[in-house]
Amino acid sequence: MTEHGPVAIWGAIVAIGVATFAIRLSFIYLFGQINAVPPRVRLALRFVPPAVLAALVAPALVTLGPTIQATLLDERLLAGLAAGAVAWRTENVFATIGVGMAALWTFRFLVF
Amino acid sequence: MNRDLRAGIYDALPLHLGVVPFALVTGIAAAEAGLTSVQAVGMSVLVFAGASQLAALELLGETAPIVVVVGTAVVINLRMLMYSASIAPYFADYRQRTRAFLAYFLTDQAYAMAIAEYGDEGDRDERSYYLGVGVSIWAVWIVGTFVGVVVGAGVPESWGLSFAVPLVFLAILVPAMKGRPRTVAAAVGGTVAVVAAGLPFNLGLLAGALSGIAAGVLSEEVSR
Repeated sequence: MTEHGPVAIWGAIVAIGVATFAIRLSFIYLFGQINAVPPRVRLALRFVPPAVLAALVAPALVTLGPTIQATLLDERLLAGLAAGAVAWRTENVFATIGVGMAALWTFRFLVF
Repeated sequence: MNRDLRAGIYDALPLHLGVVPFALVTGIAAAEAGLTSVQAVGMSVLVFAGASQLAALELLGETAPIVVVVGTAVVINLRMLMYSASIAPYFADYRQRTRAFLAYFLTDQAYAMAIAEYGDEGDRDERSYYLGVGVSIWAVWIVGTFVGVVVGAGVPESWGLSFAVPLVFLAILVPAMKGRPRTVAAAVGGTVAVVAAGLPFNLGLLAGALSGIAAGVLSEEVSR
């Protein structure tokens, strides 16, 4: 639960909103071409989705424990591996969430 | 309703199926972070970019500094610079105000659908088709967030509903890891984020994202 007050929360929402709109509008406003983005920047932008998504997913599944066993035998990691296999086979968001949550509950309420 | 607008909505229907769970999870995450339903829906209207909203909500929930919350969300949305540049030529003939209106609806999905369609056929009205895709996704997103925040507030903590958040990311990440450089970017980004999870100001996510991007660029340049 956040300890930020409403002013800080709204401030963050508005700041992210304005910056995101500026990003969306940037080239549409300038009506430039894709060639207007320097090639190196374009190359870097290609890696934003995998890098960011992995940086979001990994810490939610893995917490470095005192031992290797404690790190690997984590219900979140095991459920994540099951969901990852489903994502790879089906590329379906619903199926991935369904299997992942079912696996988490199985480990949490029945196994561990 | 004109033909091209309808075609856009129709083509976006399968995408809506993917947007629904994403929106629900975003609403649930907002409730768990301690946002009110007005704040949650307000965020969906003002930001309208799921991955950045989820990251911001997670950081807000941990009471991370606001600068880190905003900075992380903006880095995640930088990819839309690419979409903006790529779609700009198709919108070049519209008035300034129309272009600003169209830009608001630019998402991963609307961009992908519209660009594919513009390449295909000559007689589509660009604006109508794009708005059919974009506005229908927007409506699903807003309603879904609202339902999520209402439902999410009433579910017991032990169900671990917030675990659905990384699962949504996982479902988008796996197909995004096509080819070696992208896989390297993901592997490095994830590893750094785990190792850096204890960094002050919750900078782990930002550190992971930036090192993942750098690793992807390096891998691409080495393989050339």
